[in-house]
Amino acid sequence: MTQVSMTVNGVAASGDVEGRTLLVSFLRDQLELTGTHVGCDTSQCGACVVHVNGEAVKSCTMLALEAEGAEVSTIEGQAAPDGTLNTIQQAFQDHHGLQCGFCTPGMVMSAAALLKENPKPSEAEIRDYLEGNICRCTGYHNIVKAIMAASGQDVSAIAAE
Amino acid sequence: MYNFEFEKPATVADAVAALGAEEAQALGGGQTLIPTLKQRLASPTKLVSLTGIAEMRGVSAAGGVVTIGGGTTHATVAAQAGAYPALAALAGNIGDPAVRNRGTIGGSLANNDPSACYPAAALASGATIVTNTREIAADDYFQGMFTTALDEGEIITGVRFPVPEAANYQKFEQPASRFALVGVFVAKYGAGVRVAVTGASEEGVFRWSEAEQALDHDFRSDALMDLDINPDNMIGDMHGSKAYRAHLVKVLTKRAVAAM
Repeated sequence: MTQVSMTVNGVAASGDVEGRTLLVSFLRDQLELTGTHVGCDTSQCGACVVHVNGEAVKSCTMLALEAEGAEVSTIEGQAAPDGTLNTIQQAFQDHHGLQCGFCTPGMVMSAAALLKENPKPSEAEIRDYLEGNICRCTGYHNIVKAIMAASGQDVSAIAAE
Repeated sequence: MYNFEFEKPATVADAVAALGAEEAQALGGGQTLIPTLKQRLASPTKLVSLTGIAEMRGVSAAGGVVTIGGGTTHATVAAQAGAYPALAALAGNIGDPAVRNRGTIGGSLANNDPSACYPAAALASGATIVTNTREIAADDYFQGMFTTALDEGEIITGVRFPVPEAANYQKFEQPASRFALVGVFVAKYGAGVRVAVTGASEEGVFRWSEAEQALDHDFRSDALMDLDINPDNMIGDMHGSKAYRAHLVKVLTKRAVAAM
């Protein structure tokens, strides 16, 4: 076992892990931050997306020890301490951007990464960026709408369906 | 996943030393290797991460050559290799955004997956693969599916791409894996046209020399009209038959030329 230390949602976190321990396992099993989900475990579905040093990564396909010293943010760090949802989360609620909710943590984290790099994405750019996030309820339409809304854009053009 | 020791050196020299251990394996971004380990298709006793080596990261352009550090992620190549637009575009369409933030060019070339995108770019560009011990021409580097000229413990520290007059990559994507079902990279240099095909052959990435000759003579997609590629050595699987892949090679080559 090796000790790993990182900052998770602004708080110092450390624990003993094996070489093979995945970042998602460290977050879920040791830090008990179970908001980050494991969907496919094969880096296809994106339910495990978190940010490492500001970049979206699939935490099921990164070793915990690779995150030594990193700033990690997860879905738990998105809302304000009093529980007030952030803009993206609120938009998902307002536009019914979730059905069963399993993919939602990854969708929100991917959306946050997209809007950081492209604050006013087009519908096509949103759909393209979400290529690695799979919603098996197939609720993409309202997810795209929520992200458009979160970026402060008019959603009436895609509100018809 | 079987357990292993993990080491993350900060220099190439330390990484080479760490890889001297029995059954040690280099780890790039891990976007292929970690899934492989999960399936227990590999069981190294030690993983040596190359992600902490600053000297292996970055993109630079000078004298008509784009040089990319072996540990540079696809996202960085997509954002910074603007001096070679077709290469930047290829990098920006590998996998998905989260995969591109971890996966590296050195990892992709060392693995030489028969359906990966980078081998097509390297071979079509006549790139030079730079390692800790030597420089290898792309024509000598790729030696069949998952097989390269790399020796045990040898690390790709960088790749040099001569920038062509024009180039284009056409990827027919396998939507589940996001790898190329077939991908064709066409690059036009003063010395001639180079056409490299990924995803199609059981021999891994290859140059389609008949197409190169036809395009040297007449650089139009119509010049490929009468060419056909032999399907015998193509990959045939549930995603596409040998004949289907052979057909795609020609279609995508024509599309690449038409787009240039």
